[in-house]
Amino acid sequence: MNDRETEPLLKVTNFSKHFPIYSQGFGRKQIDVVKAVDNVSFNLSPGETLGLVGESGSGKTTCARTILRALKPTNGEAIFRTKGKSIDLVKLTERELKPLRTQMQMIFQDPFSSLNPRMTVGDIVGEPLYIHKLARGKELIDRVDDMLVKVGMKPEHRQRYPHAFSGGQRQRIGIARALIMRPSLVVCDEAVSALDVSVQAQVINLLEDLQEELNLTYLFVAHDLSVVRHISNRVAVMHQGKIVEIEETEAIFENPQHAYTRMLLSAIPHPDPDVKLVFTPLSDPTDS
Amino acid sequence: MAQDENKDIVLGVEDLKVTFTTEEGVLSAVDGVTFSLERGKVLAIVGESACGKSVTAFSILRLIQKPGQIAGGKIILYPKNKSPIDITALTEKSDMLYQVRGGLISMIFQEPMTALSPVHTIGNQICEAILLHQNVTVKEAEKLAIEMIGKVGIPQPERRLRQYPHEFSGGMRQRVVIAMALVCKPEVLIADEPTTALDVTIQAQILDLIKSLQRDLGTSVIFITHDLGVVAQIADDVAVMYLGRLVEHATVREVLKDPLHPYTAGLLKSLPRNQTKQARLPSIIGNVPSLTHLPAGCPFHPRCPDSIPGVCDVGDNPVMEMLPNGRLVSCCGVRKFKGVTKV
Repeated sequence: MNDRETEPLLKVTNFSKHFPIYSQGFGRKQIDVVKAVDNVSFNLSPGETLGLVGESGSGKTTCARTILRALKPTNGEAIFRTKGKSIDLVKLTERELKPLRTQMQMIFQDPFSSLNPRMTVGDIVGEPLYIHKLARGKELIDRVDDMLVKVGMKPEHRQRYPHAFSGGQRQRIGIARALIMRPSLVVCDEAVSALDVSVQAQVINLLEDLQEELNLTYLFVAHDLSVVRHISNRVAVMHQGKIVEIEETEAIFENPQHAYTRMLLSAIPHPDPDVKLVFTPLSDPTDS
Repeated sequence: MAQDENKDIVLGVEDLKVTFTTEEGVLSAVDGVTFSLERGKVLAIVGESACGKSVTAFSILRLIQKPGQIAGGKIILYPKNKSPIDITALTEKSDMLYQVRGGLISMIFQEPMTALSPVHTIGNQICEAILLHQNVTVKEAEKLAIEMIGKVGIPQPERRLRQYPHEFSGGMRQRVVIAMALVCKPEVLIADEPTTALDVTIQAQILDLIKSLQRDLGTSVIFITHDLGVVAQIADDVAVMYLGRLVEHATVREVLKDPLHPYTAGLLKSLPRNQTKQARLPSIIGNVPSLTHLPAGCPFHPRCPDSIPGVCDVGDNPVMEMLPNGRLVSCCGVRKFKGVTKV
């Protein structure tokens, strides 16, 4: 689709995550399977942002988490390029995966529950370096300070606890923690959804600045389509575990091909009283 | 939005003050809020988290609990064909207050699952509201409930009546809550972020439902939200709140197309509009200050791009003022520059 795609950072092919459903009681026979992520394929080029959108339950978060191997994939391939080598994330054991974790990080939705209230900001941001034994002592503190400044906080915040900060500042701490190991792939799982509009804009700007500075690749999972439109180069629309459409952002929003995408777009209320919301749901009587 | 005498007001809030006593002192969550709701209209109260919009709504139903209390002001309900009721003056256990709650004023909450009892059928829960407020038999109440469930667009009302909330999806649950709120034909419906927990597609349907029911039943609605897109779709009038105070109050078109207060303007600008990869989002600098450390003068001045040194950062809060063109805004800058010129 474009020239960035020559050497993808991440190449996901026929990727699936199924959850078995067992019957109640003694036998515990498997009676059904939920295809949370079903045969998903996409490429992610270095430095680009791919927006992953869909309604709740469409499998977008499960997809992102399974790629990072927070969940074990059912089948498929996820080829990750690092230091000139191509590695299939699906086939790795936990032990082989650990050094790769420095390359792939995640920013979470809820800035309140994703930070340990008993750890200081310095401990939270420095913990990844400590776990991977990448820095210690003075060097660790320096790198934490450096990172805090990068995300718009002050080095003296290192000593304080998360409760002393507002939602937007906490999200900055979460971003610092994700970026301190200089990852190449960052999964933002609804990273700005919990923030107020004025703060949301600041954090979106910060994510874009950091992307440029550190050459990050974002997989941006969100349900807010206007945020996705703003931040993404390409957008993938998920519905019931499948990607129904994946296109350049402008094409998705200006000329959506799939009926589901069109319906999703028609449901966005515009902050303009003259643009009336005309919404017709897909005939889906299963809503019960 | 002039305080016109011949306007048909259904709810008047006057200089409402709500305080919370905490270890760090007494916090004013709502500080001198005045507005009125016209009969049959939808008033949206907009603001970011912790601006006091929900506290305002809760005080209208007298649902503020310790350590919070209504420290001053008046909330007056003008029911049709009845004498006005001063809600703030009612005692805690009075019959009148019970009549007001759920009867004359009802509420839709943000999270439909927590608003419903998981151990009662939805029929039971809707009938309870009817039996409390209307003089009918159980049979009649059930009939009313079925009718209402049908009205909010839930298919097969007779069967659904006997089901429990966990058998409903999020959108359907919110429809149940709406049915429950409207079944007694309240004068005022307070909707506290009713679509925030829902997907956009479900949100569109619920907004549509609230709008059409509001038109059919003639209910007046106070719609609390932080989403300016939702405001544009549903509201007639908009009140913008910041740190417990109203900063602007006007019609929806005026607020969204020609915002006067720099805070309103900043909120609108920081929305990612439908443009792809524009350079940067204009954002409001800084964070919402804590209620314990309110800046002197206008509480918005440290974040305000149009702040005037020596005017905005000294003295008391700017009060809500009417401009010559009838717009209500509380801003020193607007007073200085626009107050005299615009007619």
